[in-house]
Amino acid sequence: MGAIEKFQEVLATRHQYAQDWKKKHNGKVIGWLCSYSPVEIMYASGMLPVRILGSHEVQDVTDRYLFPTVCPFSRDALAQGLKGRYNYLDGITMARTCSHVQGTYDNWKNYVPTPFKYYIWQPNHVQSPRAIPLMVREYKGFIAALEKFTGKKITDEALNKAIELYNKNRRLMKQVYEFRKQEVPPITGAECMEMVVASQLMDLAEHNKLLEELLKELPNRKLDRNHGLRLMMIGSEMDDIVFVRMMEELGCTVVIDEHCTGSRYFWDEVKLEKDPLTDIAARYVNRWVCPAVSAEFKPRFDRVLEHAKNWKVQGALVYQQKFCDPHEFDIPHLIKMFKENNIPTLVLEFDVTIPFGQFRTRIEAFLEMLELELV
Amino acid sequence: MTTGTKYKTAPLKCWQKGKELRLEAYRDLATGHEQGKLLVLGCAATPYGMLAGLGDFVFLAGEPYGASVAADPPVSIPAMETYEAKGYARDMCGYMRNFLGTMFQDKYYFTGGPFPKFDFAWSVRHCPAGHPKWHQIVSEYQGIPMNYIDDETMLAIDGDQEARIEYVAGQYLDSIEWMEKITKRKYDDEKGIEAMRNYFINEALWGEINLLNGAIPAPIDIKSMFALMPISMLRRHEKVAIEFLTELRDELKDRIGSNIAAVPNERYRMCMLTPPPWSFLKVFRYLENFGVVFVGTYVYLINSGEVKFLYDEGKVVPATPPEKRPGWKTMKNREDLCRTVARWRAEHPFQSHLDTRKKEYVIMFKHWKANAYLLLINRGCVPMTTSMYDFQRDLNKQGIPTAMFEGNFADCRDIDETGVLDRLETFLEGQGIQKIQEI
Repeated sequence: MGAIEKFQEVLATRHQYAQDWKKKHNGKVIGWLCSYSPVEIMYASGMLPVRILGSHEVQDVTDRYLFPTVCPFSRDALAQGLKGRYNYLDGITMARTCSHVQGTYDNWKNYVPTPFKYYIWQPNHVQSPRAIPLMVREYKGFIAALEKFTGKKITDEALNKAIELYNKNRRLMKQVYEFRKQEVPPITGAECMEMVVASQLMDLAEHNKLLEELLKELPNRKLDRNHGLRLMMIGSEMDDIVFVRMMEELGCTVVIDEHCTGSRYFWDEVKLEKDPLTDIAARYVNRWVCPAVSAEFKPRFDRVLEHAKNWKVQGALVYQQKFCDPHEFDIPHLIKMFKENNIPTLVLEFDVTIPFGQFRTRIEAFLEMLELELV
Repeated sequence: MTTGTKYKTAPLKCWQKGKELRLEAYRDLATGHEQGKLLVLGCAATPYGMLAGLGDFVFLAGEPYGASVAADPPVSIPAMETYEAKGYARDMCGYMRNFLGTMFQDKYYFTGGPFPKFDFAWSVRHCPAGHPKWHQIVSEYQGIPMNYIDDETMLAIDGDQEARIEYVAGQYLDSIEWMEKITKRKYDDEKGIEAMRNYFINEALWGEINLLNGAIPAPIDIKSMFALMPISMLRRHEKVAIEFLTELRDELKDRIGSNIAAVPNERYRMCMLTPPPWSFLKVFRYLENFGVVFVGTYVYLINSGEVKFLYDEGKVVPATPPEKRPGWKTMKNREDLCRTVARWRAEHPFQSHLDTRKKEYVIMFKHWKANAYLLLINRGCVPMTTSMYDFQRDLNKQGIPTAMFEGNFADCRDIDETGVLDRLETFLEGQGIQKIQEI
């Protein structure tokens, strides 16, 4: 089984993977909501950090808890907890970002029987010089709670090891992303998404080995497909691999992304400058910013445009998890920016499930329009 | 149809004065900038009294402005359509859509003239779903500086609250320096402190006024409270507001002593958690025909007002201004001011966590001697609605009846008035309350 197939397998059997890991390591698993959660600290505690994701199935369990205009991802994630699919979790945490996923956490805390629960008060004024010192103090509280729960001390050595592991993972995934710059990318957008999402579900020691295998394989990898037009995907949470696969079958390749399950999650490394905790804090304060945290367009938009240009995108799919206000605010400004840079955009609104037929038609029309413009 | 006890009623003696003060506040919003006052944008929960250290100012709180526009459909609808034509989504904050719509139209609601250009935006970041982005859009559109204070300590129940207070206080300190730099004005600590003292007193007074509606019959109805609220909401930093709210409080006490009711037919008392649908305030008058009096809404008890909850005793009492609380310092300089404001905000019920808030809802229900809660599933505000079903379930478990309707508090196109009335009438019938026969 190749690395990509292994990523696909983990995604398909994510709950079994985590439970097997628990047995094998006699360890604990901690679920996290929102990509601002400091996975390095969780890993250093000896626990397996696992991102809580939805299942993209119709469900009827969250409406009693969350109003239907809460974003579909937040509702879908809560549904998994309410249905008992994460009953193996020993803990759950989230870092303060948006009020939708806050609703998921609050209801999970009250209605899903997960033993350890910890809320990290992520400073959201990321431009303030006071954010990093506060983040350090917040992390100290988190560490104390984890130590009490696991009975294991989180040493600087353990933190450094976790930083090293996660930084390596980030570097390796960026190397894979570099291959997507090729005129004929040897990896599809869906496969890349599988790789990045798997990194949020797996033990990174294992994930890194698979990445190394993949990096050996990619220089000679030839895909039997029409790579078509080069697209960028931009938005909030996105793990709908079935959708991306469908899109890429229509004559395009997603060559770069900007969302919190993709590049925005892993792009920035922890810079080793001070003590490990301060370095981790600096990473999460200064990372590729989510619109729910930043009150400035520029830091996010500059990076989006830089990536769009570096990966030579011909069009951008701006998708919106329905009712996600912070991203909705950015969309008209993003479209304007792309237009000014001659990059056409298509905006799609996602719910827990999506209208595949309608989306397919719209994407086909978008691709046809792009092809006409390119002639 | 049924009849019942009829209380005596009388208009509020201070009503006219209240209207004049409210008008002054609106006039100031309309012309204050022309008179050389700084015009600052922020959200209503911002401790804007601090701005007094820079000299005279007008603080345009986006939410009450948005509510004013929303209450006027002929203005609101074209404003929101203008906003939507810019590509912004319809499901975002209703207040914001009205505000931004009039800004894009270049029509200032209070004058009908051009929309004012702010000197800067300065606000607490109390709504994670959108308020900082709202101000960000204004800042980009008008090319004005923006700064905000990240202070939602309400979400934290784990960890180091003192660290958060230091962080918030530090941001206030930094923002004073920032304001000095962008306005080229020197910040006068004493003026800032004095205005914030007024602010604290006014919040406590408004909270106390809300609590007086625990009396039967209620001395004031919710619609009249909404009409007077701009004084507490927009003029919290002024002595004139203290004088008025003191007068109003004393008059309400007199009315309680004399058994003067706001609604003479009072026989069923309801309260709310959220703001009302601003374009549909007549719902409150309509329900008076059933003998229903709305005695208060939680949100304005703790937003522009302050009270103290005694959780163990299940009680609520008027708040004390921070400097008079045990263990609090007298403010002498800007460091004290920033620290006091940060700590005050952190301990304010406005910041209560979800689970604490549930307790407060029950305490208020009992204090107001209410018969039911009216819950608005507000499509125009995510944070206020996210956990509404959870609140409903919790209230119902404790035997508190709830009537619920869905709509938008600031988009008249998104509320079915007839449907709402049908639901409420059905609810009241279920409670044994029928329309009172007019004699």
